[in-house]
Amino acid sequence: MLIYAVKRFGVAILVALTVSILSFSMIYVSGDPAIALAGEGASQEDIENVRRVYGFDRPIVVQYLDWLWNALHGNLGHSNYLKSDVASVIFERLPTTMLLGACALGFALVLAIPLGVVAAIRANSLIDRIALTIAVVGQAMPSFWFALTMILWFSITWRLLPITGTDSWLNFIMPSIALGYYVTPAVMRLTRAGMLDVLSSDYIRTARAKGLRPMTVLFKHALRNAIIPVVSLAAVQFGFMLGGSIVIETIFAINGLGFLAWESLQRADLPMVQAIVLVLAVFYTFLTFFADMLNAFLDPRIRVA
Amino acid sequence: MTDTLSTERPAALSAEIVEPSPGTLLRRRIFGHAGFMIGAIVLGVIFFMAIFAPLISPGDPYDQVLARKLIPPIWHDSAKATWEHPLGTDHLGRDYLTRLIYGARISLLIGFAAMLISGVIGTALGVLAGYFGGRVDMVVTFIITTRLAMPVILVALAVVSLLGSSLNMVIWVLGLLIWDRFAVVMRSAAQQVRNLDFVTSAQAVGCSTTRIVFAEIMPNIANSLIVIATIEMAHAILLEAALSFLGLGVQPPEPSWGLMIAEAKGMMFFDSWLIAIPGTALFALVLAINLLGDGLRDVTAPENRN
Repeated sequence: MLIYAVKRFGVAILVALTVSILSFSMIYVSGDPAIALAGEGASQEDIENVRRVYGFDRPIVVQYLDWLWNALHGNLGHSNYLKSDVASVIFERLPTTMLLGACALGFALVLAIPLGVVAAIRANSLIDRIALTIAVVGQAMPSFWFALTMILWFSITWRLLPITGTDSWLNFIMPSIALGYYVTPAVMRLTRAGMLDVLSSDYIRTARAKGLRPMTVLFKHALRNAIIPVVSLAAVQFGFMLGGSIVIETIFAINGLGFLAWESLQRADLPMVQAIVLVLAVFYTFLTFFADMLNAFLDPRIRVA
Repeated sequence: MTDTLSTERPAALSAEIVEPSPGTLLRRRIFGHAGFMIGAIVLGVIFFMAIFAPLISPGDPYDQVLARKLIPPIWHDSAKATWEHPLGTDHLGRDYLTRLIYGARISLLIGFAAMLISGVIGTALGVLAGYFGGRVDMVVTFIITTRLAMPVILVALAVVSLLGSSLNMVIWVLGLLIWDRFAVVMRSAAQQVRNLDFVTSAQAVGCSTTRIVFAEIMPNIANSLIVIATIEMAHAILLEAALSFLGLGVQPPEPSWGLMIAEAKGMMFFDSWLIAIPGTALFALVLAINLLGDGLRDVTAPENRN
């Protein structure tokens, strides 16, 4: 277990470093950053000045190491637009996005796991067909269109839910559904496959032969094992949702990380975008690391790998 | 399937035993699969719309007639609705049906091109990792893990906004980003095939690695490749729509479905059909591709049905 954990942790660190190099190099993708910063009509002297002040005249490796060193100390750079520290802005917005992601994941799991279980118990029945149809239809719906359609029905026609903001829990209902439904099919399919697999195993037959109640067999014996792969899928999907929340947050004007990313892109605030990419990627990397650890803890067969 | 077999066996046995050819069986499976047929027909219609756009569309997608703006579609109870504009006109007086038809071109083009690019990258990486294993596998797995850690929409938005948005840019950015599923699936498919007897015998006869990969491995993993290709095409189409919706994908006045929804967003409270029509088109296209992909998986590999 320890060797597996150390190995996995090493990979996580390497991935985080590679991502940091990629997000650092974003400054150079668009050309000379000094010219961009100096603005239009700047003289050669101004540009040289900017280059010296911001340290763009140093070798790239030195610049990267300097940036990385600062990032490791919690200093993710300075936003030229907001005139403030990038890290403090990001960590102010992060909780909102986390909350949205958690609500969306909760919605997806609450909908998908029961559906998956029922679909497995009654495999190839009408319920199974309906669940599969929900999965196929759900995956085809563009999330932003789904969000707008929900606004039309729930906010405009029936006046049930507020459209924008984060004032009450009511504000989180539509964004969570819009963000979470996309995850539902994957979780449902995995739960169904896992349940089908487990239900045909010997120990379930034994449990049934012993005369245990069907509900006990299903929930205490079968679901427990069938749900293990769902843990790591949920972690992966949670990471994807944080990245994907940019669309949903923009529609519902939720002041989270995604909305911040979109605003920063609009005003070409590169240090902010860079930092958000880095924070999300590092968060995803360590999230999947912990999910793998949890999985190995729950299922000893994985530890050998 | 089981039904057709059970009804046909006795008849065949009573006369002489005539096994249906594999081709007949395949055809029977294809036409008997409702999802596959629905997907194929809808996709066929949209494909037809895209190819013959100039011939079948009633107007010009860029022609603005400000005097005739925001005409509702014909099923609306409105004096303004006219058969001249069956789906109405947008806020600049452009015929909505025409823009919808031309929009099919953009969605299909981006979906197909991005899928090809990501397919080449992902398949190459996946097959390499799966066939060679060992160090190669370690490096490829690492690359895949790193790619998965990058938030797709955010990175795509950032790159497009840095390099300027155009149709080509969107295709390349998406193509270079969404190869992960190809790589993951091709890797495990190649791992399964590599130890089979026919590969070992090809190695024993001294076939070159290139020959083994292209003549022995590839044909045997083509099934999963096609299924992933449909999934990724749908994925690319949805991502393009999201990028265009956020204003960093296809640029106006191009008639992208995502962009049409973005342009109509401000008027959706009064004229909700403006977002309903392109949204439904997008939904139908992606659903058709997904149904076709699911159908292909069932039809080509009946053992995977459950």
